[in-house]
Amino acid sequence: MRRSWGERSFDAGNIAFMLALSLITLYPLVFVLFSSLSDPAEVVRNRGLLLYPKGFNLDAYRLVFDNPNIKTAYLNTLIYVVCGTTVNLVMTSLGAYGLSRRNVLWKNAIMFMIVFTMFFEGGLIPLYLLVGNLGMLDTRLALILPTAVSAFNLIIMRTAFQGVPVSLEESARLDGAGDWTILFRVVLPLSLPVVAVMVLFYGVYHWNSWFPAMIYLQTRELLPLQLILREILIANDTSSMMGNVPSGDEMPVGETIKYATIMVATLPILFLYPFLQKYFVKGVMIGAIKE
Amino acid sequence: MARLQRELIPAPEFKSNRFGARVLRDFKLNRTVYLMLLPVVLYYLIFQYGPMYGLQIAFKDYIPAKGFAGSPWVGLKHFQEFFESYYFWRLLGNTMLLSFYSLIFFFPAGIVLALLLNEVANPKFKRAVQTITYMPHFISLVVIVGMMVDFLSSNGLINNLLVSVFGIEPIPFMRTPGWFRTLFIGSELWQNLGWSSIIFLAAISNIDPALYEAARIDGANRFKQALHITFPGILPTVTILLILFIGRFMTVGAEKILLMYNPVTYETADVIQTYVYRKGILQADFSYSAAIGLFNAAISFALLILANTIARRVGETKLW
Repeated sequence: MRRSWGERSFDAGNIAFMLALSLITLYPLVFVLFSSLSDPAEVVRNRGLLLYPKGFNLDAYRLVFDNPNIKTAYLNTLIYVVCGTTVNLVMTSLGAYGLSRRNVLWKNAIMFMIVFTMFFEGGLIPLYLLVGNLGMLDTRLALILPTAVSAFNLIIMRTAFQGVPVSLEESARLDGAGDWTILFRVVLPLSLPVVAVMVLFYGVYHWNSWFPAMIYLQTRELLPLQLILREILIANDTSSMMGNVPSGDEMPVGETIKYATIMVATLPILFLYPFLQKYFVKGVMIGAIKE
Repeated sequence: MARLQRELIPAPEFKSNRFGARVLRDFKLNRTVYLMLLPVVLYYLIFQYGPMYGLQIAFKDYIPAKGFAGSPWVGLKHFQEFFESYYFWRLLGNTMLLSFYSLIFFFPAGIVLALLLNEVANPKFKRAVQTITYMPHFISLVVIVGMMVDFLSSNGLINNLLVSVFGIEPIPFMRTPGWFRTLFIGSELWQNLGWSSIIFLAAISNIDPALYEAARIDGANRFKQALHITFPGILPTVTILLILFIGRFMTVGAEKILLMYNPVTYETADVIQTYVYRKGILQADFSYSAAIGLFNAAISFALLILANTIARRVGETKLW
């Protein structure tokens, strides 16, 4: 197709804009990566952009991986991600299955009860007091049970389940299958893309979550990685990291430790995400449009 | 076989006095389904409706030993105290301004990006841009704000560049109230611009290609196609998201503000929800902070209903 001069210059400008946007999005992360790999003294001396690591040095990563605080916190985060996401998936699948059936009398009432909580909620203080009254303060349960289902994700999954052809379910019933069999052998296997999106959404939520841990947990041994990160990055307290660094080197190494910690805490997610990206559009679309 | 028939044949109409029989029949037929729904319903009753029940302490003086129900009623005392407090207008203003800025700067940006991405002809390039711009959405707020603190510090990347290019004094960005909103919205754009375009892109892909065909035959160029087909095509999606946005108007990213602000920037950064956190969790002033939280939730809910009513009157797109 022939394109006018105006269209071609628009295309060129558009591509330049996309390139600039991608660069702005990527560069902060690249800067952190390069800094984390650089010689600490060079990082402190450096004034401006980094285009490559200056003086390759892995000490910061060694300190991060040797640090008992980070190790415990990393393990805790893994526990919260695995247990939390498992509870989320079980609850969301059960709810989505029940609410996607036809001929269930109380379906709409239950659906209304769930959707209503998306628009009005009790809020932070009553929830905090409730968690306390249930005796869950300072326990791991406080990070898992209060967020066991997300109404938004439940709706996404219900819509996906409604898309499973009825004929498959009917033939399973002819073979004597009950609801449990239909859920696990028919509906879930046919909805794997949406299950993948759920694993990503819930898993990333637990990985990145810090606020519930801050208000519910006190014991240091229970804290997830994000709270330790907060100490290091925002309260700017790298002292807990400085096990056996000669005192003169503390300041420069403190800088690269920050960058190395960011990398260690972020890379697992950034590696996981491109593989699941193709399912997003579907998931996000269903969730926002079908209320 | 009997089960199957019950599933397939629509239930016969029952008269209203047979409601009990209908409930009983439904329960027999669907008891496994109800068993599955039980944990979900229990979750909602405990962790979502439990706090709503607990909201009564907004009208009481909460005494932990006496619980939600046993604490003495005090009427609207806490609300009155909040409305008369020095912080009331500042909190309300900060909350609404921050939301308003994200409505005019952040919300349209996602639509514009989607329209521009739609014009990218090379699918591989388009996909690469999408992959890159969606990515920051998955980075934790702690890391985002941590990077901001680092880059914006007086000897951080941004100040170093500013000093070497313009030769100005380093700006203490994170400790200047005047910079807070810019930084908040700017970082929001960096993190979520790409992500917010997804839904509009999905809406664009649902537009009937025949419309573009017809427009081309009528001699419409790409700009006119975008204006007269693509944009109207995504308008229902835009309306729904706008309603939802207005419903969340009072809940501006409090978690991010808690990480970003410090007493020096409270002047522009402190919003209702962060104040609730400080009063309620840090100072254990439960009833007072629950009252402020309820005030906030009530405004949100009212705004949502208002937005939906307006959308209903104006067009046919609505949330319910």
